[in-house]
Amino acid sequence: MSEIASKTSINLAQEDQVVGPWKEAWRSFRKNKSALVGTAIVIFFVLLAILGPFIAPQGINDQNLSQRLLPPSSEFWFGTDDLGRDIFSRILHGARISLTVGFFAVVISAAAGSFLGIIAGYYGKWIDTIISRIFDIMLAFPSILLAIAVVSILGPSLRNALIAIAIINIPNFGRLIRSRVLSIKEEEYIHAAKAIGMKNARILWRHILPNSMTPVIVQGTLAIATAIIEAAALGFLGLGAEAPQPEWGKMLADARIFLLNAPWAMIFPGLAIMLTVVGFNLMGDGLRDALDPKMKS
Amino acid sequence: MLHYIGKRLLHLIPVLLGMTFIVFLIIRAIPGDPAQVILGQQATAEAVAALRDKLGLNNPWYIQYFDYLKGILTGDLGESLRTRQGIVTEVWPYLAATFELAIFAMIIAVIVGMNAGIVSAWFQNSWFDYIAMVIALIGVSIPIFWLGLMEQWIFSVKLGWLPTSGREEVRDPVSAITHLYLIDTLMQGRFDQFVVTLKHLILPGIALATIPTAIIARMTRASMLEVMRSDFVRTARAKGQKMFVVIYKHALKNALIPVLTIVGLQTGMLLGGAILTETIFSWPGIGRYIYEAIGYRDYPVIQSGILIVAFLFIMINLIVDILYTVIDSRIKYN
Repeated sequence: MSEIASKTSINLAQEDQVVGPWKEAWRSFRKNKSALVGTAIVIFFVLLAILGPFIAPQGINDQNLSQRLLPPSSEFWFGTDDLGRDIFSRILHGARISLTVGFFAVVISAAAGSFLGIIAGYYGKWIDTIISRIFDIMLAFPSILLAIAVVSILGPSLRNALIAIAIINIPNFGRLIRSRVLSIKEEEYIHAAKAIGMKNARILWRHILPNSMTPVIVQGTLAIATAIIEAAALGFLGLGAEAPQPEWGKMLADARIFLLNAPWAMIFPGLAIMLTVVGFNLMGDGLRDALDPKMKS
Repeated sequence: MLHYIGKRLLHLIPVLLGMTFIVFLIIRAIPGDPAQVILGQQATAEAVAALRDKLGLNNPWYIQYFDYLKGILTGDLGESLRTRQGIVTEVWPYLAATFELAIFAMIIAVIVGMNAGIVSAWFQNSWFDYIAMVIALIGVSIPIFWLGLMEQWIFSVKLGWLPTSGREEVRDPVSAITHLYLIDTLMQGRFDQFVVTLKHLILPGIALATIPTAIIARMTRASMLEVMRSDFVRTARAKGQKMFVVIYKHALKNALIPVLTIVGLQTGMLLGGAILTETIFSWPGIGRYIYEAIGYRDYPVIQSGILIVAFLFIMINLIVDILYTVIDSRIKYN
């Protein structure tokens, strides 16, 4: 009796040591210094986006023409723009715009891409052919060009820029999930689920979807970085945010003509974009190494 | 091989048709009356009716699409609403300008990116490696339109070394033959103009080359690290060959395939990036042609410009696909 009890306690102790995949990924992620730096940068900008309006020293659209194009000082940390607005305050607000556009564009494209990718990969045949060809066609355009095409149809605005960025990213997620589903659907547990009569919709929802999410999380983090740059690029080209929204790309476009007199109006919004993107790229690389090292190849 | 090329070309047909359909939609999907939107609210009813007629908007959509396809196949890309010129006739100088810039950028990207990647792999975990990879990370994260502005500020405004924008000296314009100015100036023996053209190319070239350089550097490093662990590299070292020879003669050849793929993909991407770079540097290329058309709501130009760039993008990718099957016989055509 005591022998059985001791064996059971050994088994329980061993079970305690078994680490789940998420915990293992977290351990690996925690050891990756650059990933932690990236995460810290992302958290910093997320906090700025949330707290920006409360900690901004000036109003985003408070114009003061007597203080236009002032260099950085203790009063105006990042200087002022051509309308005398405080660039630091506008950058704080801009964090909210850029992160919101980046996040929602990626959520929409990940949802739509995953849906189409799962359907294509699972059902195959003509459904796969049609969906895959649509992806091919969309990927045949350089992404910024397709975004320009979409915005030129819908008209320039921040919302339409978000929609355009969401649309152009759909095939990236779709292809990724499709290839994942193609391998998952050959797994034994899927055959078993089919054998016991489980319906396709349930198999897709309960088994395929959760098991194909890892690459979406990784791709999603990296895609936020790209989406932020794309939103800024559209804003810069005058196809995204409109005046007086303090979107970083739009701020850069407005600062162009004052390059000679007020370079700070151009330096700080650009730095903000670059740092945010570096943060998401580092975090995404770290997540990929921790969650799905195969993706690297 | 021919069979493979034929198959790839056949696969292109639905993609090209889909591409033309998306481009076709650009005018047709404008909410409201496209002719009214293009001409603005002040336009007279007659002008709107005339434009509707000119764009063929009175016909059913499928007839419009077939007319549009017929036009493309016969080399008729429509007429610019702004200049009243045929798009096919006026587009070449713009395209040539973009080609020159893109090729120049790609040369920078390949030379700098590959060498940075090779040296990083050679001295893995050294200071050079760390710095090169941090620069590569910044390279893939930097918005090129911001980099362009910074270049203009530092090298043109502050230091006065290079011209801020444009493609040539306005007071001494290049007599265009091929519209590739580096070639044109050499053909005419105008070395002074050649130098001026080269100077105009440097800043936009570097801005456009940044992302491909960073990606090529990362890919070359990863690929070289893998190859350098191979037995044949160890054997070459054991036989007493110098590291330089081992790396540049043996390892690089084997590490080149993934790098080539990236080079190909990035060449296509350059065409997209060119829109931003050309806008900043007032470079009269296809990107600026499209950008200006957006400002003037010149939809036929927007359509055709996007179609041309997308077509070139597909063709470059196809050529790269075919090229690396030629280079690496291990890649199966099917």
